[in-house]
Amino acid sequence: MSVKVESLSIAYRTLSGDVVPVDRVSFSLADGEIMGLAGESGSGKSTLGTSLIYLDGRMVRLGGRVELDGAELPITDRNGMRHRRMTDVSLVPQYAMSALNPTRRIRRLFTDLLRSHGVRYRDVEQEVKRRISLVGLAEDVLDKYPFELSGGMRQRVTIVLSTMLDPSLLIADEVTSALDVSSQRAVGELLMEFRDRQYVKSVIMITHDLSILAEVADSIMIMYAGRLAEKADTDTIVNSPLHPYTQALLASLPEVGVRYSDGELTGIPGRPPSVANPPAGCRFRDRCPFAMDKCATQPPFEEIKPGHYVACWKVKEELA
Amino acid sequence: MTTQQLPARAGQDGTGAGDNAATLQIDGVSKLFRSGRARLLTPALRKVSFNIDAGEVVTLIGESGSGKTTLGRCVLRLTAPSSGSIRFNGTDIAGLKREGLRDYYRDVQGVFQDPFSSYNPIYKADRVFQLLKDAYFAHLSRQAFDDKIEAALHGVALNPGDVLNKYPHQLSGGQQQRLLIARALLLEVKLLVADEIISMLDASTRVDVLNLLVDLKRQGLAILFITHDLSLGNYISDRTVILRRGAIVEMGDTHKVFTNPRHSYTQMLLTAVPQLHSKWDPSDLEIVRAPAAGVGHLSPDLPVSLEPPTLTEFEPDHLVAEEE
Repeated sequence: MSVKVESLSIAYRTLSGDVVPVDRVSFSLADGEIMGLAGESGSGKSTLGTSLIYLDGRMVRLGGRVELDGAELPITDRNGMRHRRMTDVSLVPQYAMSALNPTRRIRRLFTDLLRSHGVRYRDVEQEVKRRISLVGLAEDVLDKYPFELSGGMRQRVTIVLSTMLDPSLLIADEVTSALDVSSQRAVGELLMEFRDRQYVKSVIMITHDLSILAEVADSIMIMYAGRLAEKADTDTIVNSPLHPYTQALLASLPEVGVRYSDGELTGIPGRPPSVANPPAGCRFRDRCPFAMDKCATQPPFEEIKPGHYVACWKVKEELA
Repeated sequence: MTTQQLPARAGQDGTGAGDNAATLQIDGVSKLFRSGRARLLTPALRKVSFNIDAGEVVTLIGESGSGKTTLGRCVLRLTAPSSGSIRFNGTDIAGLKREGLRDYYRDVQGVFQDPFSSYNPIYKADRVFQLLKDAYFAHLSRQAFDDKIEAALHGVALNPGDVLNKYPHQLSGGQQQRLLIARALLLEVKLLVADEIISMLDASTRVDVLNLLVDLKRQGLAILFITHDLSLGNYISDRTVILRRGAIVEMGDTHKVFTNPRHSYTQMLLTAVPQLHSKWDPSDLEIVRAPAAGVGHLSPDLPVSLEPPTLTEFEPDHLVAEEE
């Protein structure tokens, strides 16, 4: 197991009390696994991803632990984490398009980053150039400023930059969301290729777009209002999901070839509860067509078939 | 539906005004921007021509830099075309002034990608309705106007109690976006320019907004639906226009374009779309990575002829441009 997260809870300290966007989350990732983390906005998926690499001043860990390659990852230890970032855990941020300093040439960004981890740029220059050309860019991008590149090109530079020190875990937060379909595909293929070449051991790919995960991810984990709803391998999630939320989410996706005249798709009535003031019990209860009395207590997130985890009373009863 | 009516050919200027008028006629519209230190001309639109009829949804699909938003802005008269004309019910919109323009905006409204930036955060969200009352409904009594607002909100499946008298930050993205559509409905618009209105919404609310547009279309609203998402465009539209580097590369009946794409660019877009139930075909990767097909951006290294490629009819209501 390259990554193991146990009962992790992360809160934001606010004036009106703690908000808990990540509530007792447990999961693990195998070596070489690309796990998709999907959910609506406000589901806590980005908070979960960020908490594994940098707890900013507003975030506190309420409990739980994270293990990486057999040793604990000290996510609350500011200084300890500094040396783990880029080398053990790395992040391609949500707005990678604007993550590059516009006043520095790309080469300078590489030099600075490597130097802060004690690596001389000159020693690894060949490898930098090799990876730049691997992602389909010309070597002369190193002499360019970020604004001279298109969005897709900047996204690819960011991926090379954040994986330069071969991190064990890469967190890719909405890396394809702002891109055109052709660049989306290129970036998706790139993540798979970097995994295959073992530049990264495992990847958590955070997105709201289930169809890109169906292409890229090995497994998919669905979050809803701060809690895990379902996790299984990609085929299972896409073809035979068990959680009512996952089912409804998939039913609401238009695919190429589906037209309104063939039958209208349906959305999910209502909206997700706010994690600032969550209801007791199953958080999907108010929108769930199968809700029953038992749902007033929180269903456990349990493995109901090998590798298939679901938090739902109805599913648990049917399989019992 | 009016699929038998053929769209005007690109490059044919100034024809067909008034006779058998479509709601919106876009005729040979070009837009050039001057940019860079060398003041080079960048063509954002190259002689784009097509029509939209009442009750028809036309999807304009293109990647970033294809000029799709610029065309939407031209239709809304936020930008003037460098050449060509846009006619609404037979009238050229370039000549509209004061009252004429006011009446135009009564019939034609736009809703944009980011609902959060369409509101002034220091006022309550329903101020967008009050501003309309001052401009267009000054003669109505407050009660009559409130009834109208209520009807428009029901039209977009919003509960008035949930959204009225609230600040923008108290509303979800989907509610904000529907409120803006309700604002357009209040005016009983004939044409809605919807620029990427779905992309900021969550998956579970996306379909509701799409279905709402389908309902409105059935009531006779013409919609110019601008998107980069092929599956959304396919779901909703009657006709599709595919734009690349400011020129139309393929257009026609949505079903024909999507099931039988003829232009290499359309084919490339379709092979790159992520799909739930089928994996990307590795053999397509070359098509996606090929620089000619892949990046649709206008870059200085890729000189673009101001003359768009010629469109020819492949089958009825399906035009394809020659490869550029």
